[in-house]
Amino acid sequence: MARIGVFVCWCGSNIAENVDVVEVARYAATLPGVVHSVDYKYMCSDPGQKLITDAIRTQHLDGVVVAACSPRMHEVTYRRTVATVGFNPYLFEMANLREHCSWVHENKAEATIKAKNLVRMMVEKVKQNQPLYQIQIPVTKRALVIGGGIAGIQAALDVAAGGYEVILLEKDPSIGGHMAQLDETFPTLDCSQCIMTPRMVEIVQNPNITLYSYSELDALEGYIGNFTAKIRKKARSVDITKCTGCGVCQQKCPAKVPSEFDEGLSTRGAIYVPFPQAVPNKPVIDREHCIKFTKGKCGLCEKICPAGAIDYNQQDEIVEEKVGAVIVATGYDLLPKDTYAEYGYGQYPDVITSLQFERLVSASGPTNGELKRPSDGKIPQKIVFIQCVGSRDASQGRSYCSKICCMYTAKHTMLYRHKVPKGEAYVFYMDIRAGGKNYDEFVRRAIEEDKAVYIRGRVSKIYLQNGRMVVRGADTLIGGQVEIKADMVVLATAITAPKGIDKFAQKLGVGYDLHHFLSEAHPKLRPVETNSAGIYLAGACQAPKDIPEAVAQAGAAAGKVLGLFGGKNLCREPIVAKVNESTCIGCFICQKACAYGAIEMKGLKDRKGNVIKVVASVNTGKCQGCGACTATCRSNSIELEGYNDQQIYAQINAIGFTND
Amino acid sequence: MKYAYFPGCSLHSTAKEFDLSTRAVCKNLDIELVEIPDWICCGSTPAHTTSELLSLALPLANCTWAENNHLDVVAPCASCFSRLKIATLEVQKDADLRKKINTIIEGNFEGNTKIFHLLHLFSNGNGSAEKLKEKTKRDLSTLKVVAYYGCLLARPKEVAGVVDVENPQSMDRILNKAGLDVLDWSHKTECCGASLSITDKKVSLRLVHEIIQTAADAGADCIAVACPLCQSNLDLQQSELKNNHGHKYHLPIFYFTQLMGLALGLETNKLGLKRLIVDPRPLLKNKNIIGIEE
Repeated sequence: MARIGVFVCWCGSNIAENVDVVEVARYAATLPGVVHSVDYKYMCSDPGQKLITDAIRTQHLDGVVVAACSPRMHEVTYRRTVATVGFNPYLFEMANLREHCSWVHENKAEATIKAKNLVRMMVEKVKQNQPLYQIQIPVTKRALVIGGGIAGIQAALDVAAGGYEVILLEKDPSIGGHMAQLDETFPTLDCSQCIMTPRMVEIVQNPNITLYSYSELDALEGYIGNFTAKIRKKARSVDITKCTGCGVCQQKCPAKVPSEFDEGLSTRGAIYVPFPQAVPNKPVIDREHCIKFTKGKCGLCEKICPAGAIDYNQQDEIVEEKVGAVIVATGYDLLPKDTYAEYGYGQYPDVITSLQFERLVSASGPTNGELKRPSDGKIPQKIVFIQCVGSRDASQGRSYCSKICCMYTAKHTMLYRHKVPKGEAYVFYMDIRAGGKNYDEFVRRAIEEDKAVYIRGRVSKIYLQNGRMVVRGADTLIGGQVEIKADMVVLATAITAPKGIDKFAQKLGVGYDLHHFLSEAHPKLRPVETNSAGIYLAGACQAPKDIPEAVAQAGAAAGKVLGLFGGKNLCREPIVAKVNESTCIGCFICQKACAYGAIEMKGLKDRKGNVIKVVASVNTGKCQGCGACTATCRSNSIELEGYNDQQIYAQINAIGFTND
Repeated sequence: MKYAYFPGCSLHSTAKEFDLSTRAVCKNLDIELVEIPDWICCGSTPAHTTSELLSLALPLANCTWAENNHLDVVAPCASCFSRLKIATLEVQKDADLRKKINTIIEGNFEGNTKIFHLLHLFSNGNGSAEKLKEKTKRDLSTLKVVAYYGCLLARPKEVAGVVDVENPQSMDRILNKAGLDVLDWSHKTECCGASLSITDKKVSLRLVHEIIQTAADAGADCIAVACPLCQSNLDLQQSELKNNHGHKYHLPIFYFTQLMGLALGLETNKLGLKRLIVDPRPLLKNKNIIGIEE
């Protein structure tokens, strides 16, 4: 015979106001198997918890039902409570009298009847409960960080500082990402390169970090604590063990390719180092544009390389790395400026993007920091900045705010005025979103000290008049049309998810939203975790972010990884699916239903080692306990631990009868 | 190819030359137009500013005849086209509304018939553009033209069915096929101000001036249009620019069908060239496109 204790909580007046809690406790005592039933004002408080632990000891309970709030709120609390006295936490259940009852009903008498029903159901369920034990999973204590921008670099350094090995993966020839392209950063105007490049150097100097540049992830297999990453080291066509980084090859290369680092404002060779401060500072051959690879002739770099490092026959190489956790920091792209016909479709050379503007004012840029416009090299005396180009535009399918443009545009007007003191800067904006420490002050400074003219309204078109650009827009504050003759126009084009990131996310089993930004597990409480255990997010791959936020999120993701690596083994909830191997018919419909790839094939062998039957098997490292497989199983051979048929039917049957 | 033809009021009156040239060109390109018998007003702006039901019932009364005769509708006027298309889209979305409209018009409109603007007819891949190129008889390559679309041919996007509302291409392509020198310019889809030409002349003159001036600055000899309101506004008000803005222009405003007709070698009197206020004949004679006596 069961010995069950029922503990009814008032939740102050939250439950007691609408449910007769004393009556519920009295009623619970009459249920078969219930040997102890009490009510208390705050069951989650210290004295409330003591009521439970005392009763477990004195009444020798073998089941506990707490009738209180939602399990989302306090299930973990009470599981810990009962465990303190050696009671199996899975012999405890919660009846939700708050969210499911007192908060949603007004008639106290009827709510009390419902409360009794809810308690009775949980009493019947707990009678069927079996003790469950946490699953222990060994953890490979190495992390993989994908993406070598500021977020990836920060995450790698933080994990390495915790004493664990890190593999840092970067698809481009150098780490640094977008931040390496920037000139000065808001809201302090400190030089991006000065704070970024030392970090890049730290990456190669840190003995815990292995950098794979010019490499991509081919596949990720396994589960939390036990991933295998297949990494494709793309052929550099340069033997970096021999290369001294002298740079003769890139000076002599006859090919001219638009430089990605300079956003197309300068050219590079087909053999190139993206920028002088690149890490690693070794060139690659861009085979798509190399004359040797496209036409079979040339071979100049091979002839002149003093170290004999050029190797045209190099092949892609696949390496496998075992890791326990993955941090995704794949960053963002910018909307191409030729998206909008009203801004000239990219046909006016002096309509540029904000990132191109960064390159034009940067000391490391194509003009060595002199602000010369692309068409004729003249110094622009009047610049129009247009914000929200592609952001907050539902008609183009992007309703989100790119978040950082208000700040960098204000910064651009300042940098412009500092370089061209008599220059006029106009900014078309929708709203100024400058939330952040010292952010609004920064925008005010642009307006008040550096005399940027802010016009609230949209630009309807840019057209040429006598060879000069005319920017036409609305000024919604004066309610009229404005036209500004401009020497240069800078478009704050929207931040977008990188092309192809959807396929990449599918490879990792990570969710993404409508705009292909990767999805966090919970927008508030689990912002750096994904729904795939062991995979974390950092930086703009999750949503548009500025540098401080990307760095903070990278640190948080690293913290999660360090937490995972800190324990001896990984403990997981035992609420996972379990296969009855004798009845499983091996149809694997469950495998299709599983969103986490947790169902595997298992061969059952006879004594001679011959496989006699193939059945489904649950990888408890991957299983998230959702129960989708149990619903699809035709032979009723999978059950979710803690929620098996017996338990659910016991609950349903309990609705059927009533003592009232 | 056979279509139900909805000329609308303009093409029977102020824009007679649009009607003439449309019929002549279609005949030449083997497109049969059957004028919808007893067609009624499309409702245009007055209807939809007074009653939504009226604005849907009027066009659909016309479309019902076409549907019953298994014909798609072609309308040369931009406003007629817009109203007809919007009305069919609305009843396709809403079955209850369709029933209501059918009661009003005492007919049965299912929403199957398709609505085309005349421009779409020549650019929707039915081969007429290629045929135009083949049958071209007059050389118009010296004639520099800009295509002006105005508001309703490109907007709203879902009605007009254009890829890029800011830079539509259908008329540019047709004129190209007709052998003209089509120039790129900035004011393709600006408002011409036609609806203010009586109530607030100052505004409409300013808009007309901008369009004419930017076309002239782009190097155009003439402007091609596909809407009777745009045409009359740009054509009629051009002479007034001299008094109000101090600029004298002489830019003929052709219906694109007139230019197609010229390319096809049709007689000028069949294209209604004489009816244009800014007389195009001196320009055409100057470029040796038509003879001295025409």
